[in-house]
Amino acid sequence: MGQPKVDTSPKVSDEVKKTTCYMCACRCGINVHLTSGKVTYIEGNRDHPVNKGVLCAKGASGIMQVTAPSRLRAPLRRVGPRGSGAFEEISWDEALETAVAWMKPLREEAPEKLAFFTGRDQSQSFTGWWAQQFGTPNYAAHGGFCSVNMAAAGIYTIGGAFWEFGQPDWAHTKLFVLLGVAEDHDSNPIKIGIGKLKERGAKVVGVNPVRTGYNAVADEWFGITPGTDGLLILSLIHCLLAAGKIDLDYLARWTNAPLLVNEAEGPEKGLILKNAESQPFVIDRRTGMPAPWDGAGVQPDLGAVWQGHRTVFQHMAERYLSPDYAPEAVADRVGIDAARIRGLAAELARVAFDEAFELPIAWTDFRGDRHEMMQGRPVSFHAMRGISAHSNGFQTARALHLLQIVLGTVEVPGGYRLKPPYPKPVEAHPTPHFVAAAGKPLSGPHLGYVRGPENLALKADGTPWRIDKAFTWENPFSAHGLMHMVIPNAHAGDPYKVDTLFLYMANMAWNSSMNSARVMEMLTDKDESGEYVIPRIIYSDAYASEMVAYADLILPDTTYLERHDCISLLDRPISEPDAAGDAIRWPVVEADRDVRGFQSVLLDLGARLGLPGMVKDDGSPKFKDYADYIVTHIRRPGVGPLMGFRGDGTAEGRGEANPDQLARYIENGGFYQAHVPDGAQYYKPWNAAYQEWAVATSFYETPQPYLFSIWSEPMRKFQLAAEGQGFLQPPDHLRDRLKLAMDPLPVWYPPFGEAARAEFPVHAITQRPMAMYHSWGSQNAWLRQIHGKNYLYLPTSIWEAQGFGDGDYARVTSPTGQIVVPVAHMAALNPDTVWTWNAIGKRKGAWALDAGAPEAVEGFLLNHLISEVLPGAGRVSNSDPVTGQAAWFDLRVRIEKVGPRERAEPEFDVLPRVVPKGRTRA
Amino acid sequence: MTALPRATEKALGLVIDLDTCVGCHACVTACKGWNDQGYGVPLSDQEPYGAHPSGTFLNRVHSYAVQPVDAAAQIVNFPRSCLHCADAPCVTVCPTGASYKRVEDGIVLVNEDACIGCGLCAWACPYGAREMDAAAGVMKKCTLCVDRIYNENLPEEDREPACVRTCPTGARHFGDLGDPESAVSRLVAEREGFALMPDMGTKPVNRYLPPRKKDRMQEASLLAPLLDIQATGFAGWLDRVLGKM
Amino acid sequence: MNPAPSVIVFTVLSGMGFGFLALLGVFGATGAAAFFLWGIGYGLAVAGLVASAFHLGNPQRALLAFTQWRTSWLSREAWASVVTLGLFAPQALADWLGFDWGRGFGMAGAVGVALTVFCTSMIYAQIRAVPRWHHWTVPAVFLAYAATGGLVMGGFSPLAVPALCVLGVVMAIHWHYGARAFARAGQTMGTATGLGGIGAVSVFEQPHTGGNYLMREMIYVVGRKHAERVRMIAMVFSVMLPVIALAYVPGLVGVALAVLTHLVGALAQRWLFFAEAEHVVVLYYGQRVA
Ligand SMILES: Nc1nc2c(c(=O)[nH]1)N[C@H]1C(S)=C(S)[C@@H](COP(=O)(O)OP(=O)(O)OC[C@H]3O[C@@H](n4cnc5c(=O)[nH]c(N)nc54)[C@H](O)[C@@H]3O)O[C@H]1N2
Ligand SMILES: Nc1nc2c(c(=O)[nH]1)N[C@H]1C(S)=C(S)[C@@H](COP(=O)(O)OP(=O)(O)OC[C@H]3O[C@@H](n4cnc5c(=O)[nH]c(N)nc54)[C@H](O)[C@@H]3O)O[C@H]1N2
Ligand code: SF4
Ligand code: SF4
Ligand code: SF4
Ligand code: SF4
Ligand code: SF4
Ligand SMILES: [Mo]
Repeated sequence: MGQPKVDTSPKVSDEVKKTTCYMCACRCGINVHLTSGKVTYIEGNRDHPVNKGVLCAKGASGIMQVTAPSRLRAPLRRVGPRGSGAFEEISWDEALETAVAWMKPLREEAPEKLAFFTGRDQSQSFTGWWAQQFGTPNYAAHGGFCSVNMAAAGIYTIGGAFWEFGQPDWAHTKLFVLLGVAEDHDSNPIKIGIGKLKERGAKVVGVNPVRTGYNAVADEWFGITPGTDGLLILSLIHCLLAAGKIDLDYLARWTNAPLLVNEAEGPEKGLILKNAESQPFVIDRRTGMPAPWDGAGVQPDLGAVWQGHRTVFQHMAERYLSPDYAPEAVADRVGIDAARIRGLAAELARVAFDEAFELPIAWTDFRGDRHEMMQGRPVSFHAMRGISAHSNGFQTARALHLLQIVLGTVEVPGGYRLKPPYPKPVEAHPTPHFVAAAGKPLSGPHLGYVRGPENLALKADGTPWRIDKAFTWENPFSAHGLMHMVIPNAHAGDPYKVDTLFLYMANMAWNSSMNSARVMEMLTDKDESGEYVIPRIIYSDAYASEMVAYADLILPDTTYLERHDCISLLDRPISEPDAAGDAIRWPVVEADRDVRGFQSVLLDLGARLGLPGMVKDDGSPKFKDYADYIVTHIRRPGVGPLMGFRGDGTAEGRGEANPDQLARYIENGGFYQAHVPDGAQYYKPWNAAYQEWAVATSFYETPQPYLFSIWSEPMRKFQLAAEGQGFLQPPDHLRDRLKLAMDPLPVWYPPFGEAARAEFPVHAITQRPMAMYHSWGSQNAWLRQIHGKNYLYLPTSIWEAQGFGDGDYARVTSPTGQIVVPVAHMAALNPDTVWTWNAIGKRKGAWALDAGAPEAVEGFLLNHLISEVLPGAGRVSNSDPVTGQAAWFDLRVRIEKVGPRERAEPEFDVLPRVVPKGRTRA
Repeated sequence: MTALPRATEKALGLVIDLDTCVGCHACVTACKGWNDQGYGVPLSDQEPYGAHPSGTFLNRVHSYAVQPVDAAAQIVNFPRSCLHCADAPCVTVCPTGASYKRVEDGIVLVNEDACIGCGLCAWACPYGAREMDAAAGVMKKCTLCVDRIYNENLPEEDREPACVRTCPTGARHFGDLGDPESAVSRLVAEREGFALMPDMGTKPVNRYLPPRKKDRMQEASLLAPLLDIQATGFAGWLDRVLGKM
Repeated sequence: MNPAPSVIVFTVLSGMGFGFLALLGVFGATGAAAFFLWGIGYGLAVAGLVASAFHLGNPQRALLAFTQWRTSWLSREAWASVVTLGLFAPQALADWLGFDWGRGFGMAGAVGVALTVFCTSMIYAQIRAVPRWHHWTVPAVFLAYAATGGLVMGGFSPLAVPALCVLGVVMAIHWHYGARAFARAGQTMGTATGLGGIGAVSVFEQPHTGGNYLMREMIYVVGRKHAERVRMIAMVFSVMLPVIALAYVPGLVGVALAVLTHLVGALAQRWLFFAEAEHVVVLYYGQRVA
C-alpha cells in the first residue's frame, strides 16, 4: 500500500480582511479569513507595526470571542428589582429615548448629575469629547484603577511613560531590566523584544516577587518584597553615585540637574530659581556666571552654588548618598541581599559605561549645538503595575525614571525610547477642566496635568467638583480620574449624589472594583424613600458580564469584528519609537443580532440631546455614525482622529477631512504610519529635527524642547502648601501625607497597607495570565480550557510551616474581608508573598457559563479582600496619595490552612441569566 | 503503511527554545485555530461552556518548577507536541495503516479516513502527543502543518507551521533537522539542543534548547566608591565626581 | 491507564473463551454436549472481540485492522483470532456431528489460540511507554489466564489445579516486576523534560485546567491501598477459590463456582492491569503516584 496522498495546498479561505485585534490594548494587526462569509481563521498581519505577524493566545482565539454565546442580543430594560436579572428586550429607539429622557433634564439643570465612566475604552478622545459637550465634569476612563502612576510619573519626569508609550531600543540594548511586569498592554511588542534579546544573548533581569512568564526567562531574578521597589532603585542610585558611575554630561545638558533650587525661606523655597524674565537659569562653567538654560554653547555647572542656592544635582546627590540608601541598610526590607543589589548596580554601570557605543548620526539640539554622534548606553528598563499599583507607586516610578536619567539611558541608542506623540512635557498637556454649568459644555478636556494647587478641581467651599474626587488634595495629580471610587462615592453621596451612572465596558460589579461584594450591595441599596441610592444606571457591554445584571438600561455593543473603531493619535495610538501610528477597526462581518457599535450609539444620543458639535445648525445629526465621525470630525484645524491619508489622500498629520480615508486605511491593512525622519530618532525632546517633524505631524503647535525633571516643581508647590505656604491650603489631616508624598525628589515610603503588618504579615498580589483578558476570556471556549480555575500560590515557607498538601484550601483574611480558596505551592516566589491569576473567578450564571463552571465554583477573586477606603476617618481612598492610582497590590493578608474543600468562598447566588446558557461551540 | 520508512528525504521538525519561551500559550490556540479548519476533522470541544470543558489540542504548554541545589527556584515553560520521531512507535502499532511517517519529509501523520480510533498509537507515544477527538473518534496529532508548509495558496513566507508563525518571542523554529547545515541544525549544535527521553528509543526529530544558566550576576569591584564619603564628606565627593567632567 | 470496561471485558472473555476452545480442540467433545460446549467457547471469544469494538472511535472501519499484520500486534491479533476461530470450525462440526476427522484442526486451533493470546498480550507488552506492561510476564500472565480459564471451564481438576497454581506464581512474579518497572525504565520528570540537569523538576502549573484525552486515558490514578486490596481479590478469586471449589465442591456446582470465582478474579486482575499501569506521559503532568 502506498502512502496516502495529502492535499498540501488546500485553499485557505475565500477572502482575507485586515483589521485590528481587540482582546487587549496591544492592538495587533490581524488577517481575518472568511469562508462563505464566516470567519474561519485569524492570524497576525505581518506588515503591522505592532505585532509583525505574531499573535498572542487571545488574539488567535478571536473566533471564539465573536461566536461566544454570552453575546448580548438586543437592548434591555430592567423590569424587576436591580440585580434580579429581570429584563425585557426593547427596540433601539425605545432604549435611546429612555436614555435621553433621563439625561436631558440633567444636562439642563445640573450636568454633573450624569457620571460617565468608561473602562478599557480605546476611544477615550471621543468619549471624553462627548462628556465635555454634555458638560459633566464626571468623566474618566479606567486609567485611575489601572496605571496612572506610571503615566503621571513618566509625564512629570521625562515627558512620557512606560505603559505602551515607549519601549526599549530592542535593537541595541544589552541589559534589559523589567520591574513589576507580567504582561502589560504592549503584550506582543514586549515578547518580540525579549525574543530579540534572547536571540542576541543579551541579558534580561526580572525584578518581581513572582518568577513566571517574562521573569521566568530572565537571566537574573530579584524576588523583591512587594512595595519596596523604590527603596531598591534608590539604593542602586546610591551605589552608582558613590562610585561616580553616572552620566554627568547627560545630566548637565538634558535634565534640570544644573538648575538652582531656591534656598531662601518663604513661599519660594524649594522652587527652581528664576531670573528676572521668570526663566530658570544655569551657571555656565565657562564663565561661572548665570546663563540661559537653553543658551547655545552653554556648559551648565552641576556643582554650582550661586548666592547660596545649590543645584538640583547637589540636592539629589546629597540625598541618595546618605547611608540610609546603602544596600546593607535596605536589604532586609526589599528582601534582596546587599551583595546582589551591589551586583546589579555594578552590572548597570558596566553595561551603560563600559559597553557604551556611538551611532554615527549627526544631529542638532534645541540650543543650536551640533553633535556628530549619538551616544548610546545599552541599558533599558520597563516597568508596570507591580510598581504602579501601590500607594507609593508614583514616587517609585519617579525613582525609576531617575535611575534611567543618571545612567543617561532615556531617548538614547540602546536605552528607553518614547513613541510619538511622546515625548511631550507637562507644559504641552492641558490642565483639568471641571466647572459644570447648566446646559453648557465644559470649557475644555476633563483630564490634564496639574501644575500647582491652583489647578485643583475644588469648588470655592473646598469640596470636590468631581464625583471621584480627582484633582483634590487627596490625590492632586489624578490625571486619569479614579474610576474605582465612583460607585462608592456616589453611594455615600460624598461629595454629592449623582442621578445617572453611565458606564461603558467596565465590569464594576466584579473584577474591576475593590470590595466587589460590597459594591454589588451599593448598586442595589435603596434610601429611606425606597429609591435606589444610585437612581439610574445605563451600561454598555457586548457580553453577559456580572455588571449587566445591575443596570437599568443595557445598550448592547457589537464585537470587535463587527464595528468601526479608531485607534487615534489623540488617544492611545500604536506608535513605534521610529514612527507615529494609528489604526482602525472596521466591520469585517455583519452583526447577526440587534446590537450597535457603542460609539455610534453615543453619537446618536448626542444628536438627540442636541449636544454641540453633534448636531448641525438645523438640529439634525451631524454624523451618520462613528465611521463618519472618524473621517469628518475636526479637533483642531486640520487635525482629526486619524492622521493618515488626509486632504487629497497624501497629507499626513494635518489636512482636510478626506471622505476616502477609511477606504485607504483598509487598503493599507487598517493602519497608517508616519515615519520619524533620519537623524531624529533619538534625543527627541532636544532634537531640533524631531521637534520640527512633531509640529508638522500635529503633535504640538510649536517646538516643545524641555529638560527632564529630576526636581519636580509642581510637587514642591504642593509640599509648600502643606507646609502652610500660599493661599490654597490642604485640610489638616492631609498635610503630613502631602509633605511626604509630594517630595520634589523621588522618595520611598512604605505602602499604606503596612500598618496592618503585624496581624497580616503576608503580601497578596495578582498577575495577568497571558492567555486571558480580565473577565472576558472566560467566555472563550478555548481559553477557558487553559485557565478555568485559579489557585493561590503559596511560597515554600508558608506551605511547609502549615503543612499544606495538594488539594488543600486556605482561609485568606485581610483587614476587611475573608475568602477560602484552593492553594498550590510555588518555590520561585518571594517568601512573604502569595499570588493568583487575576479575574479568573466568575460569578455563577454570568458569561453564559454553566453555574457549575470551574471559574464560578473554584475560581476566586482577591478583590473581596481589598478595601476601597483606607482605615480611619474621612473615607480616604485606598490609592496613591499623588495620583489616586488604585493600590491593588498593597493588600496584606493572613493565611490559614483549612484542608481539602471543593468550592471557594464567598459563594454568591446564581446570577440571573440575560442570555441563554451556552451549550455547543459555533 | 505502518512500516516506518528506512530513511526519509528530510527530517522536518521543530526546535523549541526553553530559554525564550514565556509560556504565553499563543502557539496552543494558533494551532487549534489552524487545525480546527485545516487538515482532517475539526478539533472538537466538549462542554465548551459547561462545568467540565475539555477538547482536542495538538500542542500544550506545560510549566515546570526546577529547583537547583543552591540557587533560587526557576520556572521553565515547556511546549509539548509531536516530535515526529524517526522510530515512531505510534506508527508501527497502528493496526489500520492510518498512522504513517512520510518518506519525503518524515512528518508523522494520521490518515483519518483509515483510523478506527483504537487509541493504541496514543498509548505507544511516550510524549502524549496524540489526542483522540471525542466527537469524531479519530486520532489527532500535530501535522507539522503539512497543509501550510507546502501550501501554494499561502505566500512563501507563511509556509511555516501556524505555531511557529505566531510565536511572539520566536522561541519556535522549523526546519530540516536531517540536514546538518540547516539553520535549525546549526542552532541545535550551538545551543546544545536535546531530545526528550532518548532512552525510549523513539529517536525524536524535534529538539529543545536548554535554558541558559541563571542567577549568576556577581558583585563587581568596579563599583567601588570613589572615596570614603563618610570621611571626606559630600564636598569631597562632589569635587571628585565633577573633576571627571 | 484508564481501565476501560470494554477492554477489560474483551481481554478476559476472549482469553477465557479461547482457552476453552483450545481445550476443546485438544480433547474434544461429543454430540449435543459438543454443540453446547463449542458454542460457549465461540460465544465467549466472539463476545470478547465484539466488546473490543466498543472501544473504537470508528468501529465501522474495523476491517481495516487486518491490513497491518507485518508491524502491528493488534492487526496480528485480528488475523490470529479469525484464523483460529476458522481452524476450530471443522473440528467443532466434526465433534458435534460425530465425524471422525481426527484432532488435527483442533490441535492447530490450539496453537492458534496460543498465538492469538500471545498477540493480544503483545499489544500491551510492546508498549514501552508503559513500563509495567513492557515485560515478558505480560504474555505469561495472559497465556496463563487463557490456559487456566479453559481448564477451569472444562472442570479438568487434575490439570486445572496445577495450572491455577502456576497462574498464581506467574501473577505474583508479574506484580513483583511490575512494582519496580517504572523506576527500572529510568524515566523521570528530569528526562521527560530534559531539565533534570538543572535541578529537581516538579509541576508548577498544568498546561490546562480543563480535561483532555490524555488525562482520561493515560492518567488514571489508583491509590496504593486500593491496589493492594484488588491484588488480594485477584489472587484469591482467580486462584485460591477456584482451586478450593474444584478440589472440594463436587460435580458441576464445583465447576460453576470455580468458573465464576475465576472470572471475578480475572476481571479484578485485568482492571488492575490497566489501573496500575503508568504511562510515562504522567511525568509531563507530574501525576506519578508511586
Ligand atoms: N485584584 C485585582 N483587581 C484588578 C486588577 C488587579 O491587578 N488585581 N487590575 C485592575 C485593572 S488595571 C483593570 S484595567 C481592571 C479591568 O477590569 P475591567 O475594566 O472591568 O475589565 P474586563 O473584565 O475586561 O471588563 C470589561 C467589560 O467590558 C466588556 N466588553 C468586552 N468587549 C466589549 C466590547 O466590545 N464592547 C463593550 N461595550 N464592552 C465590552 C466585557 O464584557 C466586560 O464586562 O481590573 C482591575 N482590577
Ligand atoms: N493577557 C492579558 N494582558 C493584559 C491584560 C489581561 O488581563 N490579560 N490586562 C491589561 C491591563 S488592563 C493592564 S493594566 C496591563 C497590566 O500589565 P502588568 O503591569 O504586567 O500587570 P499585572 O499582571 O497586574 O502584573 C503586575 C506584576 O507585578 C508584580 N508585582 C506585584 N507587586 C510588585 C511589587 O511590589 N514589585 C514588583 N517589582 N513587582 C510586583 C506581579 O507579580 C506581576 O508580575 O496588562 C494588560 N494586558
Ligand atoms: S496582544 Fe493579543 S489580544 Fe492583544 S491585541 Fe495583540 S493579539 Fe490581540
Ligand atoms: S508561543 Fe512561543 S513563547 Fe508562547 S508558549 Fe508557545 S513557544 Fe512559548
Ligand atoms: S512524538 Fe509520539 S506521536 Fe509523535 S512521532 Fe513520536 S511517538 Fe509518534
Ligand atoms: S487510533 Fe487510529 S491512528 Fe491510532 S492506532 Fe488506532 S487506527 Fe491507528
Ligand atoms: S506544527 Fe502545526 S499542527 Fe504541529 S503544533 Fe505547530 S501548529 Fe500545531
Ligand atoms: Mo489595567
